[in-house]
Amino acid sequence: MSLLTRPGGVEEVAFAASSGTSARRMNRWTPYAFLAPYLVLFAVFMVLPIGFGFWTSLHEWDITLPSKPFVGLGNYADLFDPSSVDGSRFWTAMRATGIFTVASVPLLIGLPLLVALLMNGRFGGRNVYRAVYFAPYVLGVAVVGFVWRYLLDGNIGLVNHYLGLDVQWTTDLPAAWVALVGVTVWWTLGLNAVIFLAGLQDIPRELYEAAMVDGAGPLARFRSVTLPGLRPVSVFVVNATILASANMFGQSYLLTSGAPADQTKTAIYLIAETGLRQFDMGTASSMSFVLAGFLMCASALVFAAFRDRGRR
Amino acid sequence: MSAPSAVRVRRALLHLVLAVVAALYISPLVYMVTTSFKTREGAGSTTPQWIPSPATTGAYREILDSADSPIMTWFANSLIAATGHAVLVLATAAPAAYALARLSFRGRSTIFTVVVATLFVPPVVLLVPNFLIVNELAWVDSLPAVIVPAAAGAFGVFFLRQFFLTLPAELEEAAELDGCNRWQIFTTIALPLAKPALVTLFLLSFLTNWNDFLWPIYVLLSPDALTLPAGLGNFQSANTIRYDLLMAGAVIASVPVILLYLVAQRWVIEGISRSGLKG
Repeated sequence: MSLLTRPGGVEEVAFAASSGTSARRMNRWTPYAFLAPYLVLFAVFMVLPIGFGFWTSLHEWDITLPSKPFVGLGNYADLFDPSSVDGSRFWTAMRATGIFTVASVPLLIGLPLLVALLMNGRFGGRNVYRAVYFAPYVLGVAVVGFVWRYLLDGNIGLVNHYLGLDVQWTTDLPAAWVALVGVTVWWTLGLNAVIFLAGLQDIPRELYEAAMVDGAGPLARFRSVTLPGLRPVSVFVVNATILASANMFGQSYLLTSGAPADQTKTAIYLIAETGLRQFDMGTASSMSFVLAGFLMCASALVFAAFRDRGRR
Repeated sequence: MSAPSAVRVRRALLHLVLAVVAALYISPLVYMVTTSFKTREGAGSTTPQWIPSPATTGAYREILDSADSPIMTWFANSLIAATGHAVLVLATAAPAAYALARLSFRGRSTIFTVVVATLFVPPVVLLVPNFLIVNELAWVDSLPAVIVPAAAGAFGVFFLRQFFLTLPAELEEAAELDGCNRWQIFTTIALPLAKPALVTLFLLSFLTNWNDFLWPIYVLLSPDALTLPAGLGNFQSANTIRYDLLMAGAVIASVPVILLYLVAQRWVIEGISRSGLKG
């Protein structure tokens, strides 16, 4: 390969002769021309909004009103005052986000890992199972929400029918949390399962063979080979799953509409309603920065936890 | 193999478990499809009907005829938006990723660092300001609002750059010696070699956009401007009891992505599991 592409002596001379002209020297602006279309999008819809959003959060900003008075950190102060209307709404929503995240993440890690372990072997039909478990994830939350609203219907739903229950899954607590978590597990289990499966397949076989030679049983092999081998993938999966759960919106919007009494209205749901329905954009922006702060802390904790475990 | 029969029993058990779970797993979707062929009474029956009796296409005819829910318009909007978005992502991310992977220029590492850093910015902070920006551009209630802003995400650039870095540089060097300019090298050598990554990115971008829910329901307002998920969201609040209609709508929204998934299943799964995209 390299023989074919490396020029011989004669061509090298010719190349040296022409290298001063267009063939070798790239116009210095060429790379920027390659980058320009993306960077325009990036500047307008990524960099600008980060700054603009913070600027908005410092104002009483209603899109429909001409005057947008500067209030400094007033919006933030309101949020941290639980007796204010915005503050109490916001912390109710943060609580809902927290409950959902804490309840869903362990299941969204544990069950996909179990499924990935079951599928991690060479056997016929493995790709069919993988395709089936992954299938719900390619459907949007709108379809998923519809189907489960029907299945969870308190009067005619299959779930109550087959379980012999009479539960109002979309309006009662804690049933609504069970429903929201369960639907989310059904919808996204396949995603983490295929990522774990890819991680399992990257663990070298020799490690298992060596452990077997050392007399390690299945459980010891799992603890000393599989878990450490999955570490890189796990950091990513745990972090991404926490972020996804903390940004849960569609399930709540479609299944419970935040009921009962906004107890299942998540933070991002409240932010969207406050900013994009009621056009109280200053308050909504300040909420989004506080939520973002929590999310970034959560990510930092995950990375720190995995790093510590690596050192030990 | 000391005990081949034990191995065989274990394998059969594994298959049994996986098959039973798979059947349970897929059953909600089966029920969605069968319900879409039920009558209004059949869909509202308190005893489960796995096979619709009588079977009818009435629900489909009713939602296709309904004036308040122009579902075929929503379908066309979704198709235009998802295709347009995926094309825009490829058209902007591929040259940018190529420049960051292969060309040397001042500011390269700074630009790359800034772009990658935004992968760690929680997207929720973009929600309100992007609405304001889209409003300034007079895009609210029109398709550019759901096509363009999300293409600013760093994922495509990051993903394609990783792929370009794995390609052997020799072919490009040879083309350079043949007198090709950078653009020619990019379009005739690098892009064809990157086809698997481009196809994966196209599929992921298409699926994400087709299924997007939060942004379209707030940024699209009039009935003729909606995408399918946004339209169905409204449709649900107006038709909570008509599950036959809801399921027919859900089937219509699922068919394109399910077809795409069946055709390109391997690329979708490999792409997601290797790149670690989170929806």
